[in-house]
Amino acid sequence: MVEISLHILDIVQNSVRAKASLIEISVIEDTSSNLLTVRISDNGCGMSEEFLNDVTNPFRTSRTTRKVGLGVPMFKNAAEQTGGSFEISSKLGEGTVVEAKFVYDSIDRQPLGDMAFTMVTIVNSDPDIDYVYTHTFNGLSFDFDTRQIRETLGSEVPLTEPQVLSWIEDYINSETENIYGGIQ
Amino acid sequence: MKSLAQLEQIRNKTLAKINLRKEDDTSIRVVVGMATCGIAAGARPVMKAIMDEIEKRNVTNCYVTQTGCIGVCRLEPIVEVYLPGSEKITYVKMDAEKAVKVVNETLVNGKVINEYTIGAADKN
Repeated sequence: MVEISLHILDIVQNSVRAKASLIEISVIEDTSSNLLTVRISDNGCGMSEEFLNDVTNPFRTSRTTRKVGLGVPMFKNAAEQTGGSFEISSKLGEGTVVEAKFVYDSIDRQPLGDMAFTMVTIVNSDPDIDYVYTHTFNGLSFDFDTRQIRETLGSEVPLTEPQVLSWIEDYINSETENIYGGIQ
Repeated sequence: MKSLAQLEQIRNKTLAKINLRKEDDTSIRVVVGMATCGIAAGARPVMKAIMDEIEKRNVTNCYVTQTGCIGVCRLEPIVEVYLPGSEKITYVKMDAEKAVKVVNETLVNGKVINEYTIGAADKN
């Protein structure tokens, strides 16, 4: 993966497979503590302790088509290669939290990348799930919440309507620019 | 969210034509492989190019979805096109540029681009 946002796109699929109805994604950039933290939490089916203990092993996967799963190990590696850390906690029946901390100024830290289109792709793939995306940069933050969008759109217009998806992309891009200190 | 008003405008505008976009037997389904392998190979920019081009050309009879691993990771990014009443077309080793061509040739004109298909890739 060349961007952190691509890992996020990939890891969120695990939450989808776990039949979550709400998936929360947060990205916290804090230059004073020199960390970029990505946290993905869901209310899906969770994992057993036995599965959890071995989940970063590439040969541990719940899929049946083949015996390897590289999503989690690659995300873990991406964080650890910067000197950061990686943690997963999960409870059967309650959900899972994945947290990766990247050392901000490490030469090996991938750029965050295109979070706006990552969110568009996620929403488009499973529009029945609710998503909350929160991005914080040095204390300034914004959030994107599909529940709020559904309220505005009503029941007739789906989230997957192309114009709605491109609104989502524009919204996230312009809010991201704002927290980075761009043109207001 | 400050531009929710804008979203409401979109809602009102699309309500009128929403029936045009109903998914039925006559609509084209485009599926992009988006498992770890697909994403790592560049499926997201391919998806973006397809969606942008569809919106730009206002193609109303097709919808874009994604799937997991199709099983030939070495040929990712893979895009499958289901034209109504005909066989599935599997395009392999896609990029954003090829994706735009697929929208124009296959989705709009109904023509298969042979050189991008899995059949052509297997010959090499």
